[in-house]
Amino acid sequence: MILDNNKRNPSNIVSSEITPREVFENRRQFIKAAGFGLAAGALSTSFLAQAATVVGGETKGDGVLIGRANAKNQTTKATKPEKIPAYKKTNYGSDEKLTSYEDVTTYNNFYEFGTSKSDPAIHSTLFKPRPWSISIEGEVKKAKTISIEDLMKLAPLEERIYRMRCVEGWSMVIPWVGLPLASLVKWAEPTGNAKYIEFVTANDPKTMDGVRVPVLDWPYVEGLRMDEATHPLTLLAVGLYGEVLPNQNGAPVRLVVPWKYGFKGAKSIVKIRFVEKMPLTTWVKAGPSEYGFYANVNPLVEHPRWTQSSEKRIGAGLFAGRIKTKMFNGYDEVGQMYAGLDLRKNF
Amino acid sequence: MYAQRIFYAKCVIWVLAFMPIIRLIWLGVNDDLTANPVEFVERSTGTWALIFLLLSLSMTPIRLLTKQVWQVQLRRLLGLWMFFYACLHITTYVWLDYSFVWSDIAKDIIKHPYVIVGFIAFLLTIPLAATSNAAMIKRLKTKWKLLHKAVYLISILAILHFWWLVKKDVTEPFYYASVLVVLLGIRIYFYLKKVNNQV
Repeated sequence: MILDNNKRNPSNIVSSEITPREVFENRRQFIKAAGFGLAAGALSTSFLAQAATVVGGETKGDGVLIGRANAKNQTTKATKPEKIPAYKKTNYGSDEKLTSYEDVTTYNNFYEFGTSKSDPAIHSTLFKPRPWSISIEGEVKKAKTISIEDLMKLAPLEERIYRMRCVEGWSMVIPWVGLPLASLVKWAEPTGNAKYIEFVTANDPKTMDGVRVPVLDWPYVEGLRMDEATHPLTLLAVGLYGEVLPNQNGAPVRLVVPWKYGFKGAKSIVKIRFVEKMPLTTWVKAGPSEYGFYANVNPLVEHPRWTQSSEKRIGAGLFAGRIKTKMFNGYDEVGQMYAGLDLRKNF
Repeated sequence: MYAQRIFYAKCVIWVLAFMPIIRLIWLGVNDDLTANPVEFVERSTGTWALIFLLLSLSMTPIRLLTKQVWQVQLRRLLGLWMFFYACLHITTYVWLDYSFVWSDIAKDIIKHPYVIVGFIAFLLTIPLAATSNAAMIKRLKTKWKLLHKAVYLISILAILHFWWLVKKDVTEPFYYASVLVVLLGIRIYFYLKKVNNQV
């Protein structure tokens, strides 16, 4: 449930109030260990622990065969996350149980760094999110560029805990730090012709292994209708868990649209174009029968591959089962934007 | 004279076949099953079922190519391990993924092509596993051979199951599909050769 973000005077709340990620990690480990303790029966845990380190090694892929995603170790080694000095907390999602930092940063769909979930954390270490600027183009008074530093000053940064529902049937709860996209739209001064916004993302074969493979039509492009873009829920995220956005999560700046499937959240944005016509977005191009422009979370519209009426919450453990998926991912307030639109056709 | 060789080969198969399940258990104990453990177990057991299926299908091509026959006696063991992992795979799906919510499971099977083909493939493996003992082989005689030809259909359905499951990057199912094409291709080649020689 979403509460008014101003009700609880957010400026009083300091960043140290956020539950430390270690707490969540420990909780998750406990749940899983308890479950598997049963399964493992008499097998000696310490022996297994030793054996697991031996099999560890460098691996690729989702670890079906040999490896597992050794992303965990690799990321902690590669990056020392930088704290975001000042942001205000909000009430968004304050009743949700957060997905652990580890899961949020090691289970990613970011095909520019590879198609398996563990690839982005492992293969994004060469990527340089600073210096960075976004070029603003199209139906605007004047085309211009904004640096990531200036972008972060357009509005006070705030933390918002949002549910993220992936089209693949899993979900997370992530404490983003960012600013409303609306503040950038205002700064960009779009003309009356601007009906949609197109987000073009980084496409550098030198630092992004995945774009050398034509799995998708690079660069990755996403889009929003103007009213969706300026909706107060729509966020430009620059951090998570109070820290600067890790490369694998879309550094330095990404889109977060919590009532839409995760793929709408364009990562590492380099260009924002204001346009008159609905942009042709990457996944729509890749599979028009499977992915729509709107991509609103909708338990009533089935996908040919994944169940959309329920989802698996990441970190809930092996025996947690599924939870019911809510219309608009539970963000009912966006419903009015789609009044009169057939959401079965416009999926 | 091959008895000893077969015995050793079977020992190796038993040891190797237990490794994936032991590995899953220790990864689980160490909280190392990735952020999505259910998917990981589902994929791992499914992949191993497919690997044992392809291994069991490779015994005849080895005979055709090398004229060696002893390894054909490993076929049943490999096939049963395929069935074992297929059972684990479907148990993971029904229990860990869908918590025995049968209405959701039925909906998932009906609405998603990759699930349908996978489910059919699993159903087809049941009669094969059930008739794999010597008594059934004797009893069914020629019918047994015909029945066990279903393995070809199972293998194609299993590959489709994997192929359709993948979102965009079909590299992995492509590898397995290639192996299957080679295994079936060798059979077809020798079959055609035999037919031509008879003409």
